[in-house]
Amino acid sequence: MTDRTDAPRDKRRLPQINPVWFLLAALIVAIIFMNPGFVEPTGYMNFLKRAAPLAILAAGQVYVITSGGFDLSVGSLITLVVVGSSMLTNNDPTATYWVIPVMLGIGLGVGLVNGLVVCVLRVPSLIATLGMMITLNGLAFLWSGGAPRGYLPDTFRFFGRELIRDVPLVRFIPVSVIVLIVVVGLLAWLMHRTNLGRHVHAIGDNPIAARLAGVAVNRVRITAFMISGLSGALAGILLGGFAGVSTDVGTGYELQAITAAVLGGAQLLGGRGSVPAAVGGALALTAIFTLLNFLGLPQPVRQVVQGLILIAAVALAMHRRKQTGT
Amino acid sequence: MSIAEDTPPRKAGFRFERWAPLILLGGAFAIYVVVAVATGQTQYLTFENLIAILSRSIALGITAIGQTFVILVASIDLSVASLISATAVLASVVMDGSPAMIVPAVLAALVLGGVVGLTNGVVVSGLKVNPLIATLGMSLIIQGALSAFVSNFAGEVPVEFQIFAYGEVGPFPVALLFLTAMAVIGWAVLKYTKFGSDMYAVGGNDEAARFAGIKTGRIVVLSHVICSVCAAIAGLYLASRLRSGAPWIGSDGVYDLESIAVVVIGGTVLAGGRGGIWGTMAGMLIFSLIDSVFNIAGVDSFAKQVLRGIIIVAAVAFYAIRSKRIVA
Repeated sequence: MTDRTDAPRDKRRLPQINPVWFLLAALIVAIIFMNPGFVEPTGYMNFLKRAAPLAILAAGQVYVITSGGFDLSVGSLITLVVVGSSMLTNNDPTATYWVIPVMLGIGLGVGLVNGLVVCVLRVPSLIATLGMMITLNGLAFLWSGGAPRGYLPDTFRFFGRELIRDVPLVRFIPVSVIVLIVVVGLLAWLMHRTNLGRHVHAIGDNPIAARLAGVAVNRVRITAFMISGLSGALAGILLGGFAGVSTDVGTGYELQAITAAVLGGAQLLGGRGSVPAAVGGALALTAIFTLLNFLGLPQPVRQVVQGLILIAAVALAMHRRKQTGT
Repeated sequence: MSIAEDTPPRKAGFRFERWAPLILLGGAFAIYVVVAVATGQTQYLTFENLIAILSRSIALGITAIGQTFVILVASIDLSVASLISATAVLASVVMDGSPAMIVPAVLAALVLGGVVGLTNGVVVSGLKVNPLIATLGMSLIIQGALSAFVSNFAGEVPVEFQIFAYGEVGPFPVALLFLTAMAVIGWAVLKYTKFGSDMYAVGGNDEAARFAGIKTGRIVVLSHVICSVCAAIAGLYLASRLRSGAPWIGSDGVYDLESIAVVVIGGTVLAGGRGGIWGTMAGMLIFSLIDSVFNIAGVDSFAKQVLRGIIIVAAVAFYAIRSKRIVA
């Protein structure tokens, strides 16, 4: 099968560009067409700021998906982080400095438990993280007594809401965009330039072959879940900053993160996935929502469009894979 | 007697996987009895009360029977919850209080289910879209289309159709008998028909099944149609129970994730090819028993949710832990 596509011809071809970037470019052109103000820093920086939590979430999710699993617990983890932060800070601005590390710790802990349940108890990740999702939602309600009180102090909201002004070229940069760039850069490096990333790909592609080749399968899988949990906590901190406290801030984010990763070409059940492309997928998804908003379409229509795009993206990806024979 | 001597002894030993759902069910029942006795509420131990517990999870049971079929062929269906809402609303709008419209309404709901299932199946087996994504997309589409048209209770179910949910034959509710009949039919289909054994083959190893001459695509499509029609029936039941259809009854009951959890707790493997209807029924009973235990013990509703999540995982771990395979 591979004999026909001889190597020299492949080399002369242009490097393959992930289709998600074309989708994103087309969407951005459409947005600019609808709203010329988008080319101003206020336009695109606000867009990036809004997209940052989902993009970070997708970058974490892609680790789990590439390793062959799912993480459905991140949405309710976001809720738990936001509600928990408001309970712990208790309107005390100085508490932020220990609350944020605690929240990141909770994210890592949730990921660790997910990973252990999947690897040691051998529960399929779909069920394991679904159980975690229900549990965390219950915990968030339990913690806040059903109605979250108080608000987050400004020091905590700094990451999600503040802008750094007087930056040359772009005038201002939201703090969340800086967080996004740093986190995504780190996760992309970890995925595509280190052995951990290669192991994640290997166990997603063929876990038995990976184990025989000496990959510590369980350790890598648990790490993948912990990275996803950490990204959930980070997304929660950002969302708490600009969305405020409620018990449904995280609802639906797990599916959006999976959608974003899949739009970025990640293959469900493992073996294929890219952090930058998943971020591209998250930006594209946010762009779609922005566009539908500009068009003044009501929420139901947005749902239908999201569903259609989801199916179309995966169908297209499968079609391409069949053609290239990989 | 002679048969017993002629046939070689079956594989010796205790087949754990086969009995695990029953063991779990026994455990859940024992906990129920112990909690009822310990809190001194022995009125919960009557026959009528057990029937009442069962009838609370009819809709979940019907949905889970359908879900068993798709999970057996290594697929999954996340669109059942929105489909339940859609068929409930459709049926109640078509009936609109008139007994003469019952048959058209039921037919319309079943056809809608069939079309959705067919689409799901074709997208999954024809376009090779991962079933999770395909049915999630379908769920978004159905829910979006539904909430574009209705935002509140719509239509009215005539009294004649409410028999489905409220009628009784002797001590048994009609719906419970209906669920039992569906389970028996589902079990018979899986055990005695070619379609049933083909399903196990496709779920066990899709490629091997194809090489053995099974038209795997058709099997997957058919099982999706069965699943969606079951969801449509659950929608009809809920419309009959609530006396009207509302666009949130499916998602409120979390029938998509709960039906999957019920099926998996019943011992059907998510990877396909192993499991069956009776396991699913046991899973449904476990779920309703646990809920009743929480109610009797007066557990706080938020703590209830936390415990539920842990119990789902623990129940699945109960037999998954023995497998040596690397799970997805």
